[in-house]
Amino acid sequence: MKQWLRQRPLALAAGLVLLSLGLLALGACVGSSGLQSLREVWLDEVSRQIVWDIRLPRSAGAWAAGALLGLAGAVAQGLFRNPLADPYLLGSAAGASLGVCLALTLLGAAPVAAPWLLQLGTTGAAFGGATVAVLLTLALARGVQQTLRLLLAGVVVGVVLGAASSLVLLVQPQLMQAMQGFMLGSTAFVGWDACALMLGSWGLCMVSAWGLSPVLDGLSLGESTARSLGLPVAPMRIALVLVLALATGTAVAHTGLIAFVGLAAPHLVRATVRAGHARMVLLSSLMGGILLLGADLLARSLLAPQELPVGVLTAVLGGGYLLWLMHRQNPVAVGAKP
Amino acid sequence: MKALAFLLAVVALLGSVSAQAGVTVMDDRGAVVQLLPVPQRIVSLLPSLTESVCALGQCAKLVGVDRYSNYPTSVRTLSPVGGGLDPNIEAIVALKPDLVLVATSAPGSDRLRALGLRVVALEPKDYANALRVLGTLGQILGVDSAKAVVQTMEADMRAAVSLVPTAAAGKRVYFEVSPGPYAASTSSFLGQTLERLGLQNIVAGSLGPFPKVNPEFVVRAQPDVILIGDSNADALPSRPGWSTLKALQAHRVCVFNKEDADVLVRAGPRMAQGALLLARCLQGIYGAAPVSAATKASAP
Repeated sequence: MKQWLRQRPLALAAGLVLLSLGLLALGACVGSSGLQSLREVWLDEVSRQIVWDIRLPRSAGAWAAGALLGLAGAVAQGLFRNPLADPYLLGSAAGASLGVCLALTLLGAAPVAAPWLLQLGTTGAAFGGATVAVLLTLALARGVQQTLRLLLAGVVVGVVLGAASSLVLLVQPQLMQAMQGFMLGSTAFVGWDACALMLGSWGLCMVSAWGLSPVLDGLSLGESTARSLGLPVAPMRIALVLVLALATGTAVAHTGLIAFVGLAAPHLVRATVRAGHARMVLLSSLMGGILLLGADLLARSLLAPQELPVGVLTAVLGGGYLLWLMHRQNPVAVGAKP
Repeated sequence: MKALAFLLAVVALLGSVSAQAGVTVMDDRGAVVQLLPVPQRIVSLLPSLTESVCALGQCAKLVGVDRYSNYPTSVRTLSPVGGGLDPNIEAIVALKPDLVLVATSAPGSDRLRALGLRVVALEPKDYANALRVLGTLGQILGVDSAKAVVQTMEADMRAAVSLVPTAAAGKRVYFEVSPGPYAASTSSFLGQTLERLGLQNIVAGSLGPFPKVNPEFVVRAQPDVILIGDSNADALPSRPGWSTLKALQAHRVCVFNKEDADVLVRAGPRMAQGALLLARCLQGIYGAAPVSAATKASAP
């Protein structure tokens, strides 16, 4: 079975899609008011609202955010030819944190005086911060040509912007709790519009990444090989960085800094099938969606009506599953190049 | 300063009375709130707003509160709806509230508004604002008890000021809010309480409301009295150099337990009681009778 599956990435994709739909249906059932809301969904206005306007967009949103992170993770690991690369590598996490931090500070200082900021909200601020951070990294690395320089610039931008957030929090310690919420990530506030935005962005990123996957395949054989294949490596790399930034920025803006999904999803796929980057990106995206949706379901149900921070669960679930796979399988298979 | 604060409050109250005929009011995020229908099922996501609702005599209309609301004790039996920073949207909607009270920076308030709930953001951060919020809340709840509540608070505050022993007047104090150490400066709500009681704060307001101060700064400033929560009080003498602090040597330290701290830090209807707590502690240190207290305090 295992060997059979290894050769058939499409079978895995079909399985993951089915699992996603199953979890989505489960998502309509799980919540603090339990199954009662589902039973009365056609009778009671509030129950209908709970299932249709809260549980379903939240579940779909968790899936979409996970899918964006899984996609970004696969792109990052292919682009940097590094199995430890994750979507936050180019500084977008630190940039988004700083954006939220500044937005909260300004909102706290003069909520009525800044209506444009209210419009933008922390979601817009997080996306803006993540975008600015990636652009800063690109500027510091003077383009995308040198992988090492890009990585180092990303690390520097991450550390410096992280320090800037700490500095803001030092002046405004009352924001610390709010920031902790953002750092742990939450899928609790996703509505249909956020869902649509994430799914739209996911479609765009998926199509682009699929189209750009030949360069990822080429890069896995080394930069010079990629160039000798006649691919326009430089523009395709820039496009990949943009896909990475868009996917990460959209996910982070709506759900905060969710840990580990982007790193673990590609590894979970690699441990199961052998596939080129085109399929790899798709599979890893589906896997990321399942991982985050599963974590969200557990976060809602384990301590109901209390909720657990979903970021804690993604780390435990993803990490645990990855470790189990590593012990079960030939250690070379995990983390090896596809 | 205090005169200005209460003048503002009085103006706000008068404004609320004259606007009674109006149909809308503006909350602290600038959102326009419909006053009618008068809310019957209220969810509060901020402890000081919970206390304000109850102080206005509308406690029975609360159907859910955040996990930090613990006063009055009757609210502890209400459905938990998460915290102000991580509200459980589904639990709130399931309670079918017709009014949700949140802090201005609360995440999820947009989500609740999008689900069709009447969400009101109010942020009582200092004296003037706490009184103004009581007025606005009274207006929204359709009651006119806000004025009486403010008058009681004002009377309690005057009582607290008169309880402060003369020997304590003008003493320099250090209020540590958390070990960092973070202190309450003159621009914080706690700083305002200290100021009204005629005390001097060693931490200037220009540093921000709750600045992280250098431990050396406190040793250099040699405060006359140290105010601190009970969980951090025991460790004070063991901090490097702090054993030389005269306030510690002479045990001029006000230690507050968790419940007292709740009263002190919430800018709600119990803020005058917080001032009373401080005044009683000062009486414990400097004595109710001014002359004997002065001699006792100066003894090593």
